[in-house]
Amino acid sequence: MHKSNLIALYTLFRKEVVRFIRIWPQTLVPPIMTQSLYFLIFGKFIGSQINDINGVSYMAFIVPGLVMMSVISNSYVNVAGSFFSSKFQRSVEELLVSPAPNWVIIGGYVLSGALRGILCGFLVFGVSVFFTRPTISHIGLIVMFIVLTAIVFALGGLVNGILARKFDDVSIVPTFVLTPLTYLGGVFYSIALLPDVWRNLSKINPILYMVNGFRYGFYGFSDVNVYMSVGILVLFAVLLTIVNLTLLKKGKGLRS
Amino acid sequence: MSDAITITDLKKTYDDGTEALKGIDLQVKAGDFFALLGANGAGKTTIIGILTGLVNKSGGSVQVFGKDLDKQFNEVKRMIGVVPQEMNFNQFEKVQDIIVTQAGYFGIRRPQALADSERLLKQLELYEKRNVPSRSLSGGMKRRLMIARALVTHPKLLILDEPTAGVDVELRHTMWEYLREQNQNGLTILLTTHYLEEVEQLCRNAAMIRDGKIVANDSVKNLVNILEVETYVVNVDQVKSMEALNGYNAKAVDGTTFTLDLRKDQNVSQFVAEICKLGMTIHDFRPQGNRMERLFLELLK
Repeated sequence: MHKSNLIALYTLFRKEVVRFIRIWPQTLVPPIMTQSLYFLIFGKFIGSQINDINGVSYMAFIVPGLVMMSVISNSYVNVAGSFFSSKFQRSVEELLVSPAPNWVIIGGYVLSGALRGILCGFLVFGVSVFFTRPTISHIGLIVMFIVLTAIVFALGGLVNGILARKFDDVSIVPTFVLTPLTYLGGVFYSIALLPDVWRNLSKINPILYMVNGFRYGFYGFSDVNVYMSVGILVLFAVLLTIVNLTLLKKGKGLRS
Repeated sequence: MSDAITITDLKKTYDDGTEALKGIDLQVKAGDFFALLGANGAGKTTIIGILTGLVNKSGGSVQVFGKDLDKQFNEVKRMIGVVPQEMNFNQFEKVQDIIVTQAGYFGIRRPQALADSERLLKQLELYEKRNVPSRSLSGGMKRRLMIARALVTHPKLLILDEPTAGVDVELRHTMWEYLREQNQNGLTILLTTHYLEEVEQLCRNAAMIRDGKIVANDSVKNLVNILEVETYVVNVDQVKSMEALNGYNAKAVDGTTFTLDLRKDQNVSQFVAEICKLGMTIHDFRPQGNRMERLFLELLK
């Protein structure tokens, strides 16, 4: 690996991290606000009426899902928004005229986007401590799931950012795809409680595997096979990396 | 002198079917200050886009300092600094950050980039503005920022796409001086401009492009010599009989001014002598308009 490429990677990563930290009221505070409301309404007010799930209080049960929800949306939106904005302002040309290879562009955006996602997840977890005391069974799995999920959705956000032609295109996927899939991905319930049809339908939702794999790290139980969850995450990461590399090589939406 | 740029049969057809380049052949020598001239839509920016990797070519080959654009894409880009026609930096980023970040993309370590950026900001009189967001700069300052950003990567070839567009006269002259100095220090410069006076002031060689084809490629001096007729504006104390100026194409503009078309075979001193014979005193004698511009129009006829 060429040293100058590592410097370019660090430069892009640093620039992106400085950007989202500089505008922290827009990037880091909203997830804390939103997830606090979830803890309060679903966990405290409604959750107190719901029985324990596999011996875990409902409030504790939703913690991994809400953390994961924050990781997913923030890592995705960070990369999609930032990359499209650089296209819109044409500052992406600073990167395109440089000798930085495409993997550096992907690496810089994805690592910084993933970091924002993880940071938001960490903050949401911090908030959850005010409401409950989640237990930790497999710290290694927790770290692996949060990192892989953040990377996968940052990669997805980059695909969105590359292909987007207008600002609306950046918000379509989070609104109409990610949010429904996350809500239906077992954040607030165990799919074991669902009728067969819905349970089977839920199993085609990739976010279900991420949420449950992450939850397994906390409480040691899951609605799906944890190894399959890891496999799905790795598969998505590889596929989305290939898609990004192809799009950048062809210059789709970037070169005429 | 080796070639900085060798372009052979370069073609570009855009997705909408527009044939922007129809087989361009062009050589720019290392160390040259070369102008690429053409009307809007002639293909100048497309050539620059291909050289810098922002436009995919449809055919032909491009070499920069012997490196092939297709085979050594990143090595080629490493040697080029570009100042585009339109502003293309993050308007919310600070001035120095923009320069330092660009250096980082080219693999230059941050301490080195900071030192280089400070030097360039001082040279281009932007140092006082280094910590302000770029959006607060004036148009001329933004142009200079883009020059600093292009130079921080230590390019061997600097490409300037209409760098003085919208820049006031005084600043334009300061920029010319700076660019001339860079060229004297060995930097090869490829310039496109609509200020044709700029070409006469700065460039040694020039190519003219029309409808995606090169229509002239020579030294600026030789190109200027193509002009058959030079038009002058003459101010005198009082315009007298023009008919007496036999063999000269002179037209009165007002009571004290006339224009004169002087062919290459006609002598200025002889004309001045004729004027004196007629009892007119010359107060001012100057070329009308820009010679390159007239040449440009001549070639594009």
